[in-house]
Amino acid sequence: MTAPLVVFFVLAGLAVIGAVSLILQKHPIHSALSLIVVMIALAGLYLLLGAEFVAAVQIIIYGGAIMVLFVLVIMLLNAGVEEHTSISKMAGAPGLLLVVALAGLVAATIVRSTDSVLSTSQAGDMSSTLEISNMLFKDFVYPFELTSFLILVAVLGAMVLAQREKS
Amino acid sequence: MPTYPILEYLWIVPFLPLLGSAVNGLFGAKWPNKIVNGVALGSTGLSFLAALEAVREFFDSGQVLFRKEFFTWIASGNFRAGFDLQMDQLTVVMVLVVTGVGWLIHIYATGYMAHEGGYYRFFSYLNLFMFFMLILVLAANYVLLFVGWEGVGLASYLLIGFYFLKKSASDAGKKAFIVNRIGDFGFMLGMFLLFRAFHTLDFQAIFTGSTLQGWPVEWSGHLGTLTFACLLLFMGACGKSAQLPLYVWLPDAMEGPTPVSALIHAATMVTAGVYVVARSHILFTHAPTAMLVVAMVGCATAFFAATIGLVQTDIKKVLAYSTVSQLGYMFLACGVGAFSAGIFHLMTHAFFKALLFLAAGSVIHAMSGEQDMHRMGGLSKKIRWTYGTMLIATLAIAGIPIFAGFFSKDAILFAAFENGNGGRLLYAFGLLTALLTSFYMFRLIFLTFKGQQRFDEHKVHVHESPWSMLGPLVVLAVLSTIGGWFALPAFFNGPDYFSNFLRPVFGGRETVEAAGEAVAHQVEWTLAGVAFGTVLIGLAFAYWLYLKRPEKADGLAKSMKPAYSMLLNKYYVDELYAAVVVRPLLWISTVVLWKATDVAGIDGAINGIASGITAIGDGVRHTQSGNTRSYAVWVVVGAIVIIAVIFFWPASGKPVLGMVH
Amino acid sequence: MVPTNYYVILSAILFGLGVFAFVFKRNIITIFMSIELMLNAVNLAFVAFSQALGKLDGQVFVLFVIVVAAAEAAVGLGIIILIARNRQTLNVERVDLLKL
Repeated sequence: MTAPLVVFFVLAGLAVIGAVSLILQKHPIHSALSLIVVMIALAGLYLLLGAEFVAAVQIIIYGGAIMVLFVLVIMLLNAGVEEHTSISKMAGAPGLLLVVALAGLVAATIVRSTDSVLSTSQAGDMSSTLEISNMLFKDFVYPFELTSFLILVAVLGAMVLAQREKS
Repeated sequence: MPTYPILEYLWIVPFLPLLGSAVNGLFGAKWPNKIVNGVALGSTGLSFLAALEAVREFFDSGQVLFRKEFFTWIASGNFRAGFDLQMDQLTVVMVLVVTGVGWLIHIYATGYMAHEGGYYRFFSYLNLFMFFMLILVLAANYVLLFVGWEGVGLASYLLIGFYFLKKSASDAGKKAFIVNRIGDFGFMLGMFLLFRAFHTLDFQAIFTGSTLQGWPVEWSGHLGTLTFACLLLFMGACGKSAQLPLYVWLPDAMEGPTPVSALIHAATMVTAGVYVVARSHILFTHAPTAMLVVAMVGCATAFFAATIGLVQTDIKKVLAYSTVSQLGYMFLACGVGAFSAGIFHLMTHAFFKALLFLAAGSVIHAMSGEQDMHRMGGLSKKIRWTYGTMLIATLAIAGIPIFAGFFSKDAILFAAFENGNGGRLLYAFGLLTALLTSFYMFRLIFLTFKGQQRFDEHKVHVHESPWSMLGPLVVLAVLSTIGGWFALPAFFNGPDYFSNFLRPVFGGRETVEAAGEAVAHQVEWTLAGVAFGTVLIGLAFAYWLYLKRPEKADGLAKSMKPAYSMLLNKYYVDELYAAVVVRPLLWISTVVLWKATDVAGIDGAINGIASGITAIGDGVRHTQSGNTRSYAVWVVVGAIVIIAVIFFWPASGKPVLGMVH
Repeated sequence: MVPTNYYVILSAILFGLGVFAFVFKRNIITIFMSIELMLNAVNLAFVAFSQALGKLDGQVFVLFVIVVAAAEAAVGLGIIILIARNRQTLNVERVDLLKL
């Protein structure tokens, strides 16, 4: 049991607990907080994988921007405790089964097909920010520009949607 | 101009009636009776004249077999069936009988049907019948003969059901056609067998084969090809000529107008079976088993029908059973090898039976539609001409010497007597049938014309028929008298003109040649005497029973009640057929074929598919619930399916999701 | 080092949990958050493969995913606000005008 493995299990357990908590909580704000926990755990996992830039971006953008947006909306809409209806309770068990099947199958497929890949990973000083930015602005410049355009559209869209109607 | 113009254009003989039929059928609806008469009688009369001329040319050419192929109808591989007509001695007899008697009956019908509706239709059908019958007798191959065969069946159906608004008439027409069809099935199988054996259906090609190199011996055995073919052809003949067991349609066919009964069911159509057997005599003589069957069936039918005729009360029914019985005689003759005797009886029978039917029609006409003999009586003084001609016909059918029937019947009985296997038995039954024939025919005469008048004079105005009806009666009476004189010289050691005439066709297979001439004559005279004696016994018995002591008739009927009612109900044969054949067939049709197969099976399958699809659609409808989250569930399910397929797909050693290095 | 398969299995588990939450929670916002969870799980897989293969393409792709997720969250939350305003409820079962 090496140190990275222990760290991995800790962070993985944290992520799973957070995800389960997201499902089990009744108030959406608690679910949002659980999601933040998941994201932080994932950031940790990225670090473990040697992807510092991605980890930083994850925390800054996901945790700092997107989740803040979620919490803001929850506060704005005064979301309350979820009501219970009977249908969801009934469908819980088969749904679980379905999901387990899905996850299991996905995992199994990928695992089986990656057996030919080295199961150990290499050290990660290749994942430097310089390298990433090189790729981003040279090889993937076209998608980069498109995503910036996408963000523009999203911002405009959000503004239009949130306008109060002229009544 | 060819030497023999009519023979070269022999097709004129059948086509003239066809033309008359078409003209009457298409245009006759609006014409007055006179014009319809003109067309019908003209076409048939011209056909008769053409036939006479053809016969004259035939004699002129030295009685050589004439055969002409007019056009090829079927040509398939090596098989050829054409519209080929031929003329030989047998055809001479048949064509003259058909056209001559046919024309006389047409003349009669103009008087009889004068007040009936559908006049033009009647003559159109009658001419159509003439066309098909002439095709039948003139044909030079089995295929064309079968065309005529089927055609006369059709014409018979149309004419029996002429009064189609009457249910019993239309039922009788159907019955005739269907029973005929059963026989035709046998006939066709016989034709197929002949084709398989000879690879042709041409008369000349088949018949000359026997003399040239002979046929394989095994064909003639009990289970030989020829035996089967002949038995199957005979089955067809049984249907057409009303022998056991396919005779049941003929008594019902009396629903048709009387000229129809005379022409079709006495003189011509029912003799088609005898004609076919006579025409195929070479095949039959090479199949002794088949010949024996023919003789036995003929004899049995003759006796059987005569017994039924003893007690019938409808005048036409008596004549119908008499026809069946006489046809049995003809088959008996063919069965024992005396083909020319059979044809001779066919000719004389045509004369006197047609005369009997026409005279009966005259009686019915005089009695304004009454057909039950028990309601007639004492008509001899009132309708003299009818009585006279009918009496002559009765004398002929009973076999009184000098009249036609005597010679032909005598020839048949003699041939039966001389025949080797079981001939004496056949002769005995034949003689017994002659006794019964004489009895019931004279019973008919006495009940109808003599004795007490059993009808009310004021209700029924008895009147003699017009000359359009009486004329043919007289002509036929003359023919019934002199028609047998062809064979008369044979009695006095002279030549038998008729069988001599037919010798080139039948090749002298008469059994008369077998024994010494003198001995044969001795036997013949004895037999003739015995036959005459039985006829007189029958006449005396009828006289006693119906004239002297009429009350005895009822007493006899009561004392023999079971036998009497059995005969009166025609041995319950119709009921037997209905129970054994008709009802099971209807049951199968209704329950098995209609309800089970069609409704439940086919409809059920189609409707089942439709309702199944509807049910499936009903079930699938629930996926379109409008509930987005359930859509998500379906997405997940779909994803699972695809990933499962990827996962479980038998990978041929390589991983499915290959990694790109 | 941690084998890549572990990361992949974790990713699958998180993805499955995200699907479960998407299907069975009734609050719109929670459903939205489960979408984010799914995206995160996929991101993890990408980064894990990127590290296993020694190429950076996976991480670049992750950057793009994050950007797109952000844009989508912005627009989606805008729509949620509109729905909440119109239907006065955040229960997704009440938003059933598509239902027949």
